[in-house]
Amino acid sequence: MEDCLQTIADYGLRSLGIGERLLPRTGFTLCQQFTLIGSGMIWNIYFGTLALIAGFFLAVAVALGKASANPLVRKPAEWFIFIFRGSPLFIQFFFAYFLFLSLKGSYPIFSPLTSATFGALTVLFLNTAGYSAEIFYGALQSIPKGDTEAADAYGLTGWSKFRRVVYPTMLRLAWPAYTNEAIFLFHSTTLVFFAGFPAFQQKGDALYYARYFADRTFNPFVPYPILAVYFILLTLVIIAIFGWMNGRLNRHLPSDARPRLRFRPQLIR
Amino acid sequence: MFGNCADPGALDGLAWLGCYLTTGKHMSLYWSLGTVLLLLAITAPTALLFGFGGATAARSDIPPLRWLGKTYIAIVRGVPDIAFFLFFVIALDQGFEYIRHHVLCPEWPDAVRQGNDFVVCAQAKLPLGNSPQWVHETYGFMLAVLTFAIVFGAFAGNVLFGAMRAVPRAQLETAEAYGMTRGQVTRRVLIPQMWVYALPGLSNLWMVLIKATPLLFLLGVEDIVYWSRELGGAKQPQFTDYPHPDWRMWYFGALLVFYLCFTKVSEIVIEKLMARLTLGQATAGGEAQRRAGA
Repeated sequence: MEDCLQTIADYGLRSLGIGERLLPRTGFTLCQQFTLIGSGMIWNIYFGTLALIAGFFLAVAVALGKASANPLVRKPAEWFIFIFRGSPLFIQFFFAYFLFLSLKGSYPIFSPLTSATFGALTVLFLNTAGYSAEIFYGALQSIPKGDTEAADAYGLTGWSKFRRVVYPTMLRLAWPAYTNEAIFLFHSTTLVFFAGFPAFQQKGDALYYARYFADRTFNPFVPYPILAVYFILLTLVIIAIFGWMNGRLNRHLPSDARPRLRFRPQLIR
Repeated sequence: MFGNCADPGALDGLAWLGCYLTTGKHMSLYWSLGTVLLLLAITAPTALLFGFGGATAARSDIPPLRWLGKTYIAIVRGVPDIAFFLFFVIALDQGFEYIRHHVLCPEWPDAVRQGNDFVVCAQAKLPLGNSPQWVHETYGFMLAVLTFAIVFGAFAGNVLFGAMRAVPRAQLETAEAYGMTRGQVTRRVLIPQMWVYALPGLSNLWMVLIKATPLLFLLGVEDIVYWSRELGGAKQPQFTDYPHPDWRMWYFGALLVFYLCFTKVSEIVIEKLMARLTLGQATAGGEAQRRAGA
């Protein structure tokens, strides 16, 4: 127990570069594995949360663009969605990393983007914006005709019609699918350190450390289930937060007419 | 490849590029595209088979079989897929060696797992230490295929399980009324009729499978990602006839375009297939087709 507290003190923030410099090399204890993999989760949460929040705004804009009648706006939005949904995230990471690397050669201002902290975040932000935009677009298409007609009857137009009628209804309809997208995004943050972006001084995410232990001990039956436990907990937290928001979005409906969140995982991006 | 490629230093422009893109290593890159297609060609039916087995087991009347099927279908939820890939490749490899170890060397005195080491007798190694390189590569590839099939089989099982439940009850009752046995109902009505309900899910799965192929790289197969990194890196004049700066960006850009084209073609094919399967079905799509025709 004493040992374990010491391990947590040494390695609890190892993924940020705080604490013991060397990773454990021999006699790997369960406590070390739990602590380091948990420490790596900091990165998964960092990537997931920031990309999700920033991606939300771009996604709404792109979804409105795709629903627009003007082809000058619609075409770029359609291409944006197709490119990010039609190709593997893994390849997007590689491409972006090498793109940033060559940009850095010509313009030093791009040098932060070659680190995972900002570069991978940018890719995840654009990627989740692409996936969410498709979800929001689908929701925009299924807004009941009566709702917009009622808005017209009240004399609402332009911005106020969007803000008071279209936008809340779109969010309400898209929310269950968007919850899955959020879970899925957190899962795909595990790809960051496998695709180009280097982990400086062994500061990696949860999967990076899980793989470190699996490679060192030749025993996949301990680190990967630990990783699984962490991710299932994270998934439950996301479902709780999004479920609460879902309740708020639907609070004007009678309680038996409120749509329930159902976890339907998508797979790989 | 071409006759004029003997002295690449003297070439420039398109002629140089033509020679450059047909070097032996580039041929390996093109062959590895074939590896990806081969993986898809083997994995898709295998995963479908696994999924079919899982879905049938989940519908079974025998509780242990039903639990097994449901667990298999549910197992891949909530955990990042890439963790499954990394896990299964080692676990399967060790599982095979463990079984072979117990069959081939029963009188082996030591434990297999000694601290941080996994030790089996020399005859149980897979592939054998003295086998040629291609056996090692094929074994690695087979492990990757099996891993893909297990993971995607669970996804496919989920889709097929849903599709079997979506077949209208009346159609099955009609079959029963004609005196068919349970097996006959399943074979003659349930399975042919379920595809139209399964296709949206399966097509989604196919897209996902295409997008999962770069993960082969993580499983240690020399695939397109491996070759793109290898070939794209900066080359010095003293080591190669085709010196160039870091071109990995262009290689991965090309891969991106390859995947986008693949996705687009698949979308078109699936649309055609869906139209064919919807024909005459008691669904909204089938009804729309009937009206358009009439």
